[in-house]
Amino acid sequence: MTVNGTLSGIVITLSLLVGVWALVAALRDRAPGRGHLIGLVVVEVALIVLLVAAAFAAAGGDRPASAVTFLGYVVTIVCLPPLGYVLARLEPTRWGSVIVLVVCLTIPVLVLRLHQTWQVVTSG
Amino acid sequence: MAERTAPRTLGTGPGRALIAVYGIFALSASARAAVQIGSKFSEAPLAYLLSAFAAVVYIVATVALAKGGEIWRRVALVSCSIELAGVVAVGLLTLFDAAAFPDDTVWTDFGRGYGYVPLVLPVIGLLWLRYAGRNRVAA
Repeated sequence: MTVNGTLSGIVITLSLLVGVWALVAALRDRAPGRGHLIGLVVVEVALIVLLVAAAFAAAGGDRPASAVTFLGYVVTIVCLPPLGYVLARLEPTRWGSVIVLVVCLTIPVLVLRLHQTWQVVTSG
Repeated sequence: MAERTAPRTLGTGPGRALIAVYGIFALSASARAAVQIGSKFSEAPLAYLLSAFAAVVYIVATVALAKGGEIWRRVALVSCSIELAGVVAVGLLTLFDAAAFPDDTVWTDFGRGYGYVPLVLPVIGLLWLRYAGRNRVAA
């Protein structure tokens, strides 16, 4: 599971970086800039890479404990960056930056949970 | 005139950030309910039906906040109130009678599994609705 571990780490780090950046913007009373939106796109791409890698691992016989639970998290996670993107663009104030922050704090939590659904199998 | 300004205040600024949080909860609560009901409904029907109910409440609250206007403001008020009542009631039930809910829901232990956000969120929602409503009257 090192591949997924590394990839999860990358996704979490990217997401937190964009989140901190959005926090700075919110504290400075700034709307989310182009960079924040690009950051969300980068996080989404990293997420998709992670999920594709997970799908390949599953195809190779390394399956999560509950495929349905895993799928539930997957569906939720991939929707988050687009949700943040759309809402942040609708809200060109500091609150748009807060939206980016909220989304970028939620993603690491969900990725950790997703990772846990997998580790149940690999550790036992 | 008041009717026209209401949609602006309710779903913009902090309101839009609130929509984002409600949207995330609507999404994750729906996913959780779908997984629970789809894969193991017979294990804990009451808990899973409650999950589905919570998901619906979050969806309604999200839509109502996004739509704005007087009627939707009331819908949001009702759904936030149900949410607060739900998280407190289920929180107390799980505290005193854990057997009633053999599996977790969003509201179990006052939403502990979700960082207690389910407990705080309806309070913020109600405060925001009150604030936005006051703006509406002032306008």
